Amino acid sequence: MKFVSDDFLQEASESMESLGDKGISRRAFMKFCTGMAALLALPASFAPKIAEAIRGKKPYLVWLEFQDCAGDTEALLRTTAPAVGDIVLDVFAVEYHETIMAASGKQAEKSLMDIVKNNKGNYFVVVEGSIPLKDDGIYCCIGGRTAVDIAREVCGNAIATIAVGTCATYGGIPAALPNPTGAVGVKEAVPNATVINLPGCPVNAENITATVVHYLTFGTLPNTDKLGRPYFAFGKRIHDNCERRAHFDAGQFARQWGDEGHRQGWCLYEMGCKGPETFHNCPTVKYNAGTSWPVQAGHGCIGCSEPHFWDTMSPFYRRLPKVPGVSIESTADKVGAGLAAATAAGLVIHGIGRAISPKKEE
Amino acid sequence: MRAVEDALGITIPDNARIIRNLISGIQYVQDHVIHFYHLHALDWVDIVSALKADPAKTSALAQSISDWSKSSTDYFKGIQDKLKTFVENGQLGPFSNAYWGHPAYKLPAEANLMAVAHYLEALDWQRDVIRIQALLGAKNPHAQTYIVGGMSIPVDPNSQNALNAGSIAFMHGLAKKAHEFVEKVYIPDVLAVAPFYLDWAGHGAGVGNFLSYGEFPNDNASNTENLWLPRGIILNKDLSKIHPVDHTKVTEYVTHSWYEYSGGDNAAKHPWVGETNYKYTGPKPPYEYLNTDEKYSWLKAPRYDDKAMEVGPLSRMLVAYGSGHKRVQEVVNLVLKTLGVGPAALFSTLGRIAARAVETLVTAEQIPVWIDQLAANIKKGDLKIHAGEKWDPSEWPKEAKGYGMHEAPRGSLGHWVNIRNGKIANYQCVVPGTWNGSPRDANNQRGPYEEALIGTPVANIEQPVEILRTIHSFDPCMACAVHVVDPDGNEVVKIKVK
Repeated sequence: MKFVSDDFLQEASESMESLGDKGISRRAFMKFCTGMAALLALPASFAPKIAEAIRGKKPYLVWLEFQDCAGDTEALLRTTAPAVGDIVLDVFAVEYHETIMAASGKQAEKSLMDIVKNNKGNYFVVVEGSIPLKDDGIYCCIGGRTAVDIAREVCGNAIATIAVGTCATYGGIPAALPNPTGAVGVKEAVPNATVINLPGCPVNAENITATVVHYLTFGTLPNTDKLGRPYFAFGKRIHDNCERRAHFDAGQFARQWGDEGHRQGWCLYEMGCKGPETFHNCPTVKYNAGTSWPVQAGHGCIGCSEPHFWDTMSPFYRRLPKVPGVSIESTADKVGAGLAAATAAGLVIHGIGRAISPKKEE
Repeated sequence: MRAVEDALGITIPDNARIIRNLISGIQYVQDHVIHFYHLHALDWVDIVSALKADPAKTSALAQSISDWSKSSTDYFKGIQDKLKTFVENGQLGPFSNAYWGHPAYKLPAEANLMAVAHYLEALDWQRDVIRIQALLGAKNPHAQTYIVGGMSIPVDPNSQNALNAGSIAFMHGLAKKAHEFVEKVYIPDVLAVAPFYLDWAGHGAGVGNFLSYGEFPNDNASNTENLWLPRGIILNKDLSKIHPVDHTKVTEYVTHSWYEYSGGDNAAKHPWVGETNYKYTGPKPPYEYLNTDEKYSWLKAPRYDDKAMEVGPLSRMLVAYGSGHKRVQEVVNLVLKTLGVGPAALFSTLGRIAARAVETLVTAEQIPVWIDQLAANIKKGDLKIHAGEKWDPSEWPKEAKGYGMHEAPRGSLGHWVNIRNGKIANYQCVVPGTWNGSPRDANNQRGPYEEALIGTPVANIEQPVEILRTIHSFDPCMACAVHVVDPDGNEVVKIKVK
């Protein structure tokens, strides 16, 4: 399946020499491509190929915000590889983004509709925030149109839609029980759209650029799990790449905030960490130019990239249950959020974890 | 967090108090700069005009207002060339369809070019300096180290997995970078641009009542009498009298909001007995207009003692100014003197911009002080980050209620919680966006946005950039109107079993 028009590729391949015309130096551009190659776990030799894919006319990108807090937009502003200025001004033509665009009102909506009409099937959409379906979608309107109406038109005519953040992917916090507005993710609201899900609260924006470059480089969207999440970012459990994994294996656990084990970076499993059943590349990519991520800062994972985490992963500080007869190791892959659901069902009570060390039972 | 701590009678340890101050403080600095350059500047700066600028004159201008190093002719030439290729490429991206060339843009081309350069510099700067928050909060946005009773980020000078001397040095380095940009770029830019728009010191006044909950506890985290930015209220623009804040006087109306109250929609309810029962009565989409004689907003209308209040940096700086905060007074007076205007100019669109810049500077100066306080506390041997006595819900009283007050970058944020049997029975947030953006109340009083727009001159009704100037000066956050509604209290914590 091709996700890009022949015209686009043709135009791209003819303009190798025009790289400088986009206002970025060749050196900076190659640095970006190398960075992307690293993020995608590709050999450095792929960098020129990525450059080839990107040169030429900038791909159009529109960014829609629905039931959101702009946290994913804020995340976009923190990207370092490439820097946000490069993404917004040089790599993409970001023709519509409510928060950062200069235009407002009618003029802003014109920018959006110009893209949809004039570049049908040849633009990317990023969606931030959930889409309410209850009562004909009246709980989120922009310019007098419902979010679902806008999403159907804009996402339905795009090359692909990248749903960023847990709200746009699975409904997130607005969809938390009792989900008063009938909030859902993009794929549920617009089933015919091609949707890549990049959950997280917020999305790790390095994964947004990686998704697009993957597409531009290989001509296909990245392979995903059954939840629509690319394997390159969501293929491994937090627990498997965790910097504290050795302490888990050694049976060394923090038991109180600020105790000796907590200060020494011991495993946060008993503090409620949801790393054993959460799939995300937080431990390797981290946040804010690799500064930190929750476990490094002494707080357990809350499973924010899993569907309906607000309902299924809470209470955040209750340790994951030990389902009788099944070890954590063998269950997390199979049942995903099922463990936390079991917690909710009352199979395990608070505090039981201290009596049962996972190490002892292996 | 503070609401629950208040309900349970928890005072967080000093390390946690200082870490929270640092997280909020760097957020003020970073957020205000983003607001000025990336969310507000283009209402005042015509980037297309920058194409006509003389880079040499731009350099002279920049060097006349600051000794910031990025100010050479070649530097501005490079920025202009970049802008030129960008425009000629025909893909204007986020700058498409804006009001370029509008007669309300008053800056000379050179000032516009300088602003474009600083727009780009600020983009890089902000993602770097906010790493103080990422270090202390795990990530930004959405810090994840706040826990009831303290913070989850450990401190231990003898561990590589906790805040240690290296962390202190890391933060100092970024704090220095943060301060330098504010002092040498942001403040000079505000002072250079403002003289071209001094008429905006006469527009956008708003309701004239200002609320600040105060922020940054100086000693005991539960002592709201000793805050670095004081708590208080100003009524009718009278800076000579700072009134105390009594949380019981905060109420919300839904008269013109798409909610209904038991007891009728003209009632005003305190958040402890607040209700969030939504009932949409607006037009069926797609629609062009809302009927503002009826209900017309998803925002409730918060009032203090039945009065509409403005919240945000202007409120905080006015309350600090009127309360005798020395550094705030110095910087405010310096700004007023430089612009040749009196304190009355603060009650305006331009006043909001100036107050935000003042707050950014004084906060950037304060961050190193807090870093040193943290270091000094650790040096004393205090490694406590959490007051854990009430961590287990079985230790809680059967019923408890509390409130928490915080000053977010864009204004006063209050949370009110009722706890019953270890669960949330009711939780109400009254947020900055609802204070400033509120619809009318039962007494037909307008909120700050609505009041501020009255009398705004609009040169071209098809391109109302003047409206944007005043609304954007509040740093609006309309996404905050998305509510998580909990009609039955306990339902939010109900968990679905698959």
